[in-house]
Amino acid sequence: MTSILTYTFKNLPNTSKWALQFSVRPLSCSSQLRAAPAAQTKSKKTLAKPNMRNIVVVDGVRIPFLQSGTSYKDLMPHDLARAALSGLLHRTNVPKDIVDYIIFGTVIQEVKTSNVAREAALGAGFSDKTPAHTVTMACISANQAMTTGLGLIASGQSDVIVAGGVELMSDVPIRHSRKMRKMMLELNKAKTLGQRLSLFSKFRLNFLAPELPAVAEFSTSETMGHSADRLAAAFAVSRQDQDEYALRSHSLAKKAQDEGLLSDVVPFKVPGKDTVTKDNGIRPSSLEQMAKLKPAFIKPYGTVTAANSSFLTDGASAMLIMAEEKALAMGYKPKAYLRDFVYVSQDPKDQLLLGPTYATPKVLEKAGLTMNDIDAFEFHEAFSGQILANFKAMDSDWFAQNYMGRKTKVGSPPLEKFNNWGGSLSLGHPFGATGCRLVMAAANRLRKEGGQYGLVAACAAGGQGHAMIVEAYPK
Amino acid sequence: MVASRAIGSLSRATASRMLRCPGYICRSFSGTSALRTRTHINYGVKGDVAVVRINSPNSKVNTLNKELQSEFMEVMNEIWASDQIRSAVLISSKPGCFIAGADINMIASCKTPEEVTKLSQEGQRMFEKLEKSTKPVVAAISGACLGGGLELAISCQYRIATKDRKTVLGTPEVLLGILPGAGGTQRLPKMVGVPAAFDMMLTGRNIRADRAKKMGLVDQLVEPLGPGLKPPEERTIEYLEEVAVTFAKGLSDKKISIKRDKGLVEKLTSYAMSIPFVRQQIYKKVEEKVRKQTKGLYPAPLKIIDVVKTGIEQGSDAGYLSESQKFAELTMTKESKALIGLYHGQVLCKKNKFGAPQKEAKHLAILGAGLMGAGIAQVSVDKGLKTILKDATLAGLGRGQQQVFKGLNDKVKKKALTSFERDSIFSNLMGQLDYQGFEKADMVIEAVFEDLSLKHRVLKEVEAVIPDHCIFASNTSALPINEIAAVSKRPEKVIGMHYFSPVDKMQLLEIITTEKTSKDTTASAVAVGLKQGKVIIVVKDGPGFYTTRCLAPMMSEVLRILQEGVEPKKLDSLTTSFGFPVGAATLVDEVGVDVAKHVSEDLGKAFGERFGGGSVELLKQMVSRGFLGRKSGKGFYIYQEGVKSKNVNSDMDGILASLKVPPKSDVSSDEDIQYRLVTRFVNEAVMCLQEGILATPTEGDIGAVFGLGFPPCLGGPFRFVDLYGAQKIVDRLRKYEAAYGTQFSPCQLLIDHASSPNKKFFQ
Repeated sequence: MTSILTYTFKNLPNTSKWALQFSVRPLSCSSQLRAAPAAQTKSKKTLAKPNMRNIVVVDGVRIPFLQSGTSYKDLMPHDLARAALSGLLHRTNVPKDIVDYIIFGTVIQEVKTSNVAREAALGAGFSDKTPAHTVTMACISANQAMTTGLGLIASGQSDVIVAGGVELMSDVPIRHSRKMRKMMLELNKAKTLGQRLSLFSKFRLNFLAPELPAVAEFSTSETMGHSADRLAAAFAVSRQDQDEYALRSHSLAKKAQDEGLLSDVVPFKVPGKDTVTKDNGIRPSSLEQMAKLKPAFIKPYGTVTAANSSFLTDGASAMLIMAEEKALAMGYKPKAYLRDFVYVSQDPKDQLLLGPTYATPKVLEKAGLTMNDIDAFEFHEAFSGQILANFKAMDSDWFAQNYMGRKTKVGSPPLEKFNNWGGSLSLGHPFGATGCRLVMAAANRLRKEGGQYGLVAACAAGGQGHAMIVEAYPK
Repeated sequence: MVASRAIGSLSRATASRMLRCPGYICRSFSGTSALRTRTHINYGVKGDVAVVRINSPNSKVNTLNKELQSEFMEVMNEIWASDQIRSAVLISSKPGCFIAGADINMIASCKTPEEVTKLSQEGQRMFEKLEKSTKPVVAAISGACLGGGLELAISCQYRIATKDRKTVLGTPEVLLGILPGAGGTQRLPKMVGVPAAFDMMLTGRNIRADRAKKMGLVDQLVEPLGPGLKPPEERTIEYLEEVAVTFAKGLSDKKISIKRDKGLVEKLTSYAMSIPFVRQQIYKKVEEKVRKQTKGLYPAPLKIIDVVKTGIEQGSDAGYLSESQKFAELTMTKESKALIGLYHGQVLCKKNKFGAPQKEAKHLAILGAGLMGAGIAQVSVDKGLKTILKDATLAGLGRGQQQVFKGLNDKVKKKALTSFERDSIFSNLMGQLDYQGFEKADMVIEAVFEDLSLKHRVLKEVEAVIPDHCIFASNTSALPINEIAAVSKRPEKVIGMHYFSPVDKMQLLEIITTEKTSKDTTASAVAVGLKQGKVIIVVKDGPGFYTTRCLAPMMSEVLRILQEGVEPKKLDSLTTSFGFPVGAATLVDEVGVDVAKHVSEDLGKAFGERFGGGSVELLKQMVSRGFLGRKSGKGFYIYQEGVKSKNVNSDMDGILASLKVPPKSDVSSDEDIQYRLVTRFVNEAVMCLQEGILATPTEGDIGAVFGLGFPPCLGGPFRFVDLYGAQKIVDRLRKYEAAYGTQFSPCQLLIDHASSPNKKFFQ
């Protein structure tokens, strides 16, 4: 996840005209493309369970996701989170004092605001009587924030939860070296001049070498891009397929943006700068341009490039989640039910990014649904290669039998239902905030396109994964 | 063109073995006969790249033997002759092995040096042709690429290696007492520079792929892949091939250059090496170092230096000639025969001849967290065995846990492990003071103090808590196992496992079976030992088993020699110059004077006069003065933390003076002193075979060399008898017998071998 630190997506020229042409071009990853089943009958009419509270998302918003180092670069993470919270307040008009609890996800923590949820809530004018905590689970941190909230509501502890996520990749904590820190801490305790001088005498120039935030998986020391490249190779996903998939993501995102479908975006007036109103990482290019890029991780022959990876992003999101009866009592018209969810984890070395493959069949089983029941798939796109590898893994009986302990494959999602409004590759991926975007995209797509069930899935560092079923709220 | 296509289509129908790689256009360009089938090599064509696959039949590894070589040349000739093919990729179909080396038996079967020279020259010519290939050849290396395999790889234009633990490159010839005889001595210095080439060829060390990349030994690395739509190993090889094909195409299209960017250090080194004076200094330095380390006992390293020097100073023609001749000379030496014998022995002792145990031991429990116990724990946990380490005291346990941690952490410092892997391995270790969890143990290894009553107590305690199938193994160096088993409720589950200190460094494990030990118990002990990475000999029970029993008479002689007034330093230098890795006096210090005393008293009782010689009084007095050897800081030498040079312990002078015996001048020359030590050792070893303690002479050699440091250049006591001559040894023994008595009486089996010169331990 952090591996992308060094690679941004700036080199691509913005040739949107080209992109429009290409967006109609049949994609080679269309092996997954299937004819949409004509009249679908769902396995289940609803996922409501007896004796269980129905939990709904009233609405959710996000500030525009920006490439790191752009308009948000001088802010702090809680500023972004604050903006998302303010946006949510504005959008829902929820009385601040009825919020029982606030949970935020984040990955790279700003040490000054390690409980960023609390700082942002206070700053956004929430009641100081509303407790808030911060969770972290790599790229599924916001998902964890939401599901923590679901737990609180389901167990009757709370009725109204605000869940969200934030990430500011424009600024990351760069530390002094351990040796330097140790010396500075000892210096703190040194009382006499003599003690201080003797400490100073131990100083070496290499103490000044800074310690960058881990750019690699701690357990394996492998950067995520590197792992993605190996994953793509393991599933024999070609460079061209990856580029075509990335182009699809950008083209669809552009279309969705132009058509105003990304309704979860709220404008953010950045102090001292103009108001930001839309995502700035959507850049449909051409396959020719993309083919020119050199591999970013496995050099010189790898297939993962800056153009087919998600880029470093700043952003924040927030959602208002309530027990259904509470929402109705308050006169809200909820957007969707949040239903079954699962977390999975597997080998962080060779299956780092296969979370969706493991989580999808599990959550479907839990909900009693099949792939055919799903109308909107919203998967987190870390890398084109990762998405396509997951497709292949989901479509492989051999993989299901040998690695997942299942009898048969679950099948890969039909592409025409998949990430139709763009994904992390094009919209951006602020690690801690993406989860809420996925859920809101699924909910909004079900409302717009029609359909009942959405499936959200994501992979995360540490070899973990998550999936959740979103059910459209009856109109 | 047309003709070859016609032949191609013809062979497509016949050569079905080519169709094992679907998706490629498989063709045979066999110019001579389309019907000829190859067993070691086949090839297919991907676009304009020939993919040559090496796959020796019925073997886990590929070895360069005559058939493989001739098929390889045949294939290469077809490739060179073909118009469609512009480049080639060389790859093994076996995961885990590129080519493990040349066929040793092919060399061993040569009777005269001339034959060997010819063999070497054939190899040289083949690789020279490959080196001069106008069509680029890419070696795609996954797994062991050693000896002849490496020589083949470095003759190619480009090398791509899989970056995994199994992929190692190296020239281990020196370990067999020979040299790389197919152009390796000439090509390697040019490729990695003279110093690095010397290092590789003189140490024979294995080089991991990432290091090889830094050295310039390989040009690209390919990361091993995880599971995809096929098993990881299979897909990784496929991927390696795909990448290699891309590079082969790039090379033939001149899009990729075979020239490598050299770093600053490398540039400076190669500049320095262009100055004759610097080169001479390097040869001199390396030679000095080799002489110091080998004491002139091993001819191969010096010859390697010589051959490299000839190639650089007198041109490659002279170099190749010298290489093939010196190679032949070396194969004929006793040293090489001894080392090759050891190699074969080692391979044999890495197999479980007792078959697979009924139940695989997965949970170990070790009693006693001392040096041995912790050592055994370390080699167990890093192989994934769940291990309980139990000690009687928290302090003792803590020391043991720290020893295991340090052993693992040292590997992290050497980058052989990551810190995460260290932690995860360390989590296999459970340190405790009680018997909790023993009900799950499959095997208990006790490493408590060498005291029979203590061992009895422990055995009884353990038998009360372990499950029925659990094996009780005793790590003892001298206490007879049947005596330990005497108090057992289930003597068939009791066995001896004699580890050597330091356990993580010493390769040998001596397994001791009693009359009652069941075969399955033995099989299980061997399986655990193999898992721990040990070379294993299985011997019968008896005082001192095999190893300690051989060492004891020699140690007794050491004491006598010291009593006769030979200085410890002088004795050390006499033993090391004979080929022992550690001097005899130092060895006593390392083993521990108290242990040595214990053993010599015990075995003295068991064997009587034959184990006499020096006086045990010497050891007793040392123990009473607290001179226990290295562990107490003083023995024959003084040991201080951080001080490397060893100083003789002057307090020993009084003890030695009080026990002095007059030397006998006719058996006290330097050579006599050496042979008094060695012949007693060898005589006892042969007696162990005679008495059936040892099952085979091979195990005797392996035990002596890997456990006791018997000079590897002599190949072990049995090989030594064969190569040196049984008669000569008997003569020596008779001479010393005349001076000292029955301690030197040759055993019957040795006399038998002396009286019939055709009788050999190894035919």
